[in-house]
Order: sequence, then structure tokens, then C-alpha cells
Amino acid sequence: MLKKRIIPCLDIQNGRTVKGINFVNIRDAGDPVELAKRYVQEGADELVFLDITATIEKRKTLTELVTRIAKEINIPFTVGGGIHSVDDARAIILAGADKVSVNSSAVQRPELITEIAAQFGSQCVVLAIDTKRLGDEWIVYTHGGHTPTPLRAVEWAAEGERRGAGEILLTSMNNDGVKSGFALDITDAVASAVNIPVIASGGAGAPGHFARLFRETKAAAGLAASIFHFGEVSIPQLKQFLKEQNIEVR
Amino acid sequence: MIAIIQYNAGNIASVRNAVERLGYPCLVTDNREQLRQADKVILPGVGEAHSAMRHLREKGLDTVIRSLQQPVLGICLGQQLLCNHSEEGDADGLGIFDAQVRKFPPEDIVPHIGWDNLTNTRGTLFDGFGAADTVYFVHSYYAGICRDTIAVCNYILPFSAAMQKDNFYAVQFHPEKSAGVGERILKNFLTIPS
Repeated sequence: MLKKRIIPCLDIQNGRTVKGINFVNIRDAGDPVELAKRYVQEGADELVFLDITATIEKRKTLTELVTRIAKEINIPFTVGGGIHSVDDARAIILAGADKVSVNSSAVQRPELITEIAAQFGSQCVVLAIDTKRLGDEWIVYTHGGHTPTPLRAVEWAAEGERRGAGEILLTSMNNDGVKSGFALDITDAVASAVNIPVIASGGAGAPGHFARLFRETKAAAGLAASIFHFGEVSIPQLKQFLKEQNIEVR
Repeated sequence: MIAIIQYNAGNIASVRNAVERLGYPCLVTDNREQLRQADKVILPGVGEAHSAMRHLREKGLDTVIRSLQQPVLGICLGQQLLCNHSEEGDADGLGIFDAQVRKFPPEDIVPHIGWDNLTNTRGTLFDGFGAADTVYFVHSYYAGICRDTIAVCNYILPFSAAMQKDNFYAVQFHPEKSAGVGERILKNFLTIPS
């Protein structure tokens, strides 16, 4: 039976992990490769690396990092942040990433999804959607959640699927960092509207939040950053808990 | 020397990295002589069946692959190309395995992405494989069950997760991305006597 996936996300700036980490026994917690290897040992099902480097000249650092990650890591990983063109995607994929995620650049030019999918296959293209509830509407935001757009999350996800995205990475900005659980309503609305996997992100603070996500929505995966980085919840603990809840995990 | 067939498919770097992590020297090549002389040959593949087959034919690699005597492993699209025919782009395959490749019916999420169990595993490739073990899949097309099936996965319907006929082996999942379980399967292949 297909397993629900648990995906740690690492924020990268200038080739280093950004958020603090209190793992023990890691020589260099700022080294994304060391942290990634730790997550793999713990049973992470995939990894997402989100590059928040601002400047273009630092992009080379990212490609070099992806090459290093690919040499060391034996599970799938996605790289996102600053991918504006097929050439950007190609550099990351040829360096060894399994998937790229696109966000603001796909809102600005939705053809980008189709172009990357045509070149490398839909399975390589993750459409990342940052969304925030305003009244009854879930508005899509870009540029790290700074810029509202006219798009609605469900419609944009469906359009992304039509244009060739292989997965949706849905982040609820209302929930992000609050640690009170995933946004179950919009996650289920999006997952019901598309026939590709939806990765839910934003709000994970405890193992029970993942259990509710998988019981109450059609999400295929749950993504979190800080709770894993800070060791508030470990992946082995989380998976043991989900197994006890009769949720299929690896 | 392990040869990985170079063609217009993604994911070749991942396969090379995985083979090298296991300590085997390997070569990514579309040179027919190098392929014929290799101890093992891997046909990787992420991509589209029709254009992949056209590329193999243009390079004369279709004939070379069919004539190989050493152990050959097709991965993902590589497995599908070793079958008779694929619905994807209505592509004739290499015809090693007597199976048709079809698109999953849209009765659940397609593509089939993620970690899944295998049943009915048999043969060298699955030495040490346990019932609780899982491997990583990413695919929208599947090869049906046939007499060469050596592992079954059940997603929407039962399909060939792995196949073997003589020196030809193939897996629909990605051993190079399936953590320790995948490494063991790759190692089982790499240690088959040539």
C-alpha cells in the first residue's frame, strides 16, 4: 500500500541551512548535506531544499550544493527557489535533483510549468502554492508570501495540474509557524480538486497534526521544517505514532 | 566496469551516484563497443517512451541492447522500454518482455508517487527483501503482469514492479532512490555473475 510521506524542508542561503538546529552528533549543522544525511538515516521519505539566496551570482553555489547532495543522499529530493526558466531547472536537475519546485515564477508565467514538464516530465515539476485565507477566500501569494495575486488556491492548483505539474506543495500562510496543525480545509479542497499528489505544509507542531492531516484530507504527504530541525518531533517518533494510529507510513 | 546507457533521459546522475556509492566504477556511455564489453549494463530512464525509443534507434542502441549477453537492468522507463509496446506515444519497445505498457486509469492519484510495498518477489534481485520493505515509485504508466514478472505492486491495479528474463532484469521503481532497501537490490544486481 502506498505510504503517506513525511518530508523535512531545509531552507538554504548561500549554501548553508538557515534555521537553527539542535541535533546532537552533527558536526556541522549548518551544512545541508550533513543535516540531510541525518534525516535520511531517521527515515525521511523525501527532502525539500528551498533556496532563499537573494542574489543571482550565488546561484552557482546552489548547483554545487545540489551536486553534493545527490552524491550523498539515496532518497528523492526537490529543490526550489529562484527557478525562473527551463535553463534554471535544467541546471538543478542535471546536478542530480529529482524535482524542482516553482512558485512566483509560475504565477508570473504559467507556461513555465508546461515547459519544464515537456523537457523533463511532469514528475519533475512541483507547483508550490503559498496561500492565505482572507474572509472566505484562499488567496495565492508570491515572493515569499509578500505579494497577493488575483489567483485562488484551488483554481490555481487545478490549472497547474492542467499545465503539467506532477505534484502540488500547498503552504497555508495562516498556519505556517503557528504549530497548531495543518490547514485541513484548504488542503482537502485542493487535494479533492486535482488528481496529482498534494503535499501539505504549514502548521505542523505535533505528531497528532500529521495524523489529522492524513485522516481528514486526501494529502499524500506532510512537510515541516522547524519541528524537525529543533528536534521538537523526531521522524522516528512521528512515524511510530502514525503507525499506532493505523496510518500507512514507511 | 558497469555501463550506464546514455540517452535523452533524466536521472542518469542519480543512477551513477548510487552505483558509485556501492563502490563500483561506472561509465555513462552510448558507445556500442563499451556497452558490449561492460560487465553489467544499466538502462535508466525518466522521460517519455516514444522519444526515448527513437533516440535509442537513431544511435543503433536498440540492436545492441537486444544482443547483450551480460546482466542488464532497466530502471523505470528502462523497464517499460524492454517491453513489447507502450501506450505512451504508441511506442514499440525492445520486446524482451512479453508485456504491454499502459497508462494507469484515473481511479486514484496519477502518477503513482511514493514508497510502496512489493508482493510475490522472487529471484536474486530480491535476496534479503522483507515483506515490510518499501521502494520508491514515480510513474504514470505500468507494465502488466506477465510470466516474467518477479515482483508485483498493487496500485489501482496489480502491475509488474520487477521483471526478469534470462540476463535481462527490470524494475519499475527507483532502487537508486529507495534508501538502504534500494541499495541492496542494486547490489544484488551488481553481484550477479557476469
